Amino acid sequence: MDVLVRAEGLTLAHGDEVVQRDLNFDIRRAEVLAVVGASGCGKSTLLRHLIGLQAPALGRVMYGEHDLYACNDAVLAELRRQFGVMFQAGALWSAMTVGENLMLPMRLYTALNRRAREQRARFKLALVGLGDCFDVLPADLSGGMKKRAAIARALSLDPALLYLDEPSSGLDPINAGRLDALILALRRHLGTTVVMVTHTLDSVFAVADRVMFLDVREKTMTALDAPRTLLLHGPERVREFLHRAPST
Amino acid sequence: MAAAPEVASAAGMIEPVPTAATFPAPTLLWQPGAAAWSLCLIGDWRGFVPPAALAAPAALGASDDTATTTLEVDARQLAAWDADLAPALWALLAPLAQRGVLLRLDALADDVRAALKLALPDDSDDGGDGSTAPAADTTPLPPRASRGAWADLLITVGFVGELLLASLRLLRGRSAMRASDLLHQMDETGPRSLPIVALTTFLVGLLLAYMGGAQLGRIGAQVFIADLVTVGVVRELAGLMTGVILAGRVGAAFAAQLGTMQANEEIDALRTLGVNPIEYLVLPRLLGMLLVAPLLVAMAMLVGVLAGLPAAVLIYDVPVPLYLRKCLESLTWTHLWIGLAKGTMYTLLVVVAGCREGLHAGRNAQAVGEATTRAVVKALVWIVLAACASTVVLQSLGF
Repeated sequence: MDVLVRAEGLTLAHGDEVVQRDLNFDIRRAEVLAVVGASGCGKSTLLRHLIGLQAPALGRVMYGEHDLYACNDAVLAELRRQFGVMFQAGALWSAMTVGENLMLPMRLYTALNRRAREQRARFKLALVGLGDCFDVLPADLSGGMKKRAAIARALSLDPALLYLDEPSSGLDPINAGRLDALILALRRHLGTTVVMVTHTLDSVFAVADRVMFLDVREKTMTALDAPRTLLLHGPERVREFLHRAPST
Repeated sequence: MAAAPEVASAAGMIEPVPTAATFPAPTLLWQPGAAAWSLCLIGDWRGFVPPAALAAPAALGASDDTATTTLEVDARQLAAWDADLAPALWALLAPLAQRGVLLRLDALADDVRAALKLALPDDSDDGGDGSTAPAADTTPLPPRASRGAWADLLITVGFVGELLLASLRLLRGRSAMRASDLLHQMDETGPRSLPIVALTTFLVGLLLAYMGGAQLGRIGAQVFIADLVTVGVVRELAGLMTGVILAGRVGAAFAAQLGTMQANEEIDALRTLGVNPIEYLVLPRLLGMLLVAPLLVAMAMLVGVLAGLPAAVLIYDVPVPLYLRKCLESLTWTHLWIGLAKGTMYTLLVVVAGCREGLHAGRNAQAVGEATTRAVVKALVWIVLAACASTVVLQSLGF
């Protein structure tokens, strides 16, 4: 199994408060991995650790042979080029147009001239159904459009790995379904690996190859398997979660 | 939940309370038993708030055996109750639930029990899945940096250090700063600040001439109003007022802009691309200020000195040519460069305070407001401290 990222003994903490401890898992090439768990269990915090924004209290995040938090600047730049991130609220740079948002990563990491960058940015926007929003400011987009624009920005460097934080929260069912279809298409046509933090179980069952369950009480990962396997044979709390009801 | 008063019947069933009924005073008893502790609710609990003296005994839940980690609520002597029963019981039982004590609430009315089950931690009553509350986390963590004022100072020093490194990278042509951002910031801080800076320094110059003239007039030295205004405004007040005005106008704006970007994860998005936010966001603001501040201060000097003219001429009868000549005589290059340097230094302190607070703001709207307030207060304190220190140092050096 081709492993892109490996978490080794990862302990996540906010100050002195441990959020999750001793996480050990792999992210495999071309899989869709959903990270689920109750609110406050540390899903988004885990994402921040995986993308280099917050160093773990203990443990390592390995991209191939490189420890994300112990490599030199050149390696770090190369690693960053391999993944794109969609933040929970989109996090589009508000002072730039949507098109400029997409072109900034290209300006930083490619030798493309402006025309080529613009063409590629327009294509990525068309990919997420925002073909006519190139010159629009983020403030003029709806919540769902912001999310799609953020995904387009995350795709701007054609990353091998896409991190999505709550991609379908706040979207209507039609757009949430389109987003699921987009994720599957990216995996099928481009071989993109997708790690998504989500509460939307419909999306989990629609697109995820594996589900990681972070338990808020045990403060660790208590399950990692295919969604239907966990639904039928997972630990009790995982089944409760996936059934959306306590099994009393 | 039903708010109407109710009463427990002899059979333990809950029934509505007769309105004119009188009942024993409310109280409760904690009683250890062979199999479990019991909590007896007694009397009329309508509106009753149990005093702290009636809180659970420390022995309850102190050891691991079942008898001390199980509590049964006994409502047989509960004569009357209302909507305050659930909050009162929650206040008594929540600390026990957190200690891992299993609660048996079967004797309570359905709606009270349901409300308590919602409010108490899961698994605290034995109708749950039977698991116990999680043990306290004992994962050993590496030592953390200190907090409080010392940590705040360290953050500021680190921020200034990063800013210097970013400036060096800019000088070596390896910065992520965009020229368009620099021009935008120059426009924001310079021309747009001009009217308010001019207005305040005009009024300060006028005030200085008016008050100074009154004092000088007592010894017949009104002609020295021009000297007073020129030296005072050029050397000290133009820079000081420019710094103070920019602290409110620009420092607060920087803190709010960067704080909002922090709250919206825009700065995180930059970091994931490997973009240094100091280079990309702070450096254009700092350089923009550095380029326009001397011009703003110079303009403030001119306006402040000329503002003394109407007071001197109209109130103290100083001729216009004499006022202007005295101004030029008292204006030296030393005063000029000291005033420009001080004013520029104050405005740089404003940028550092605003950007430092904005970049280290929390991730919500309230935190952005707090960062803005801190930025303005810090900038003003730093400006006053810098003004005092620089004045003493320059005077002692003979300037």
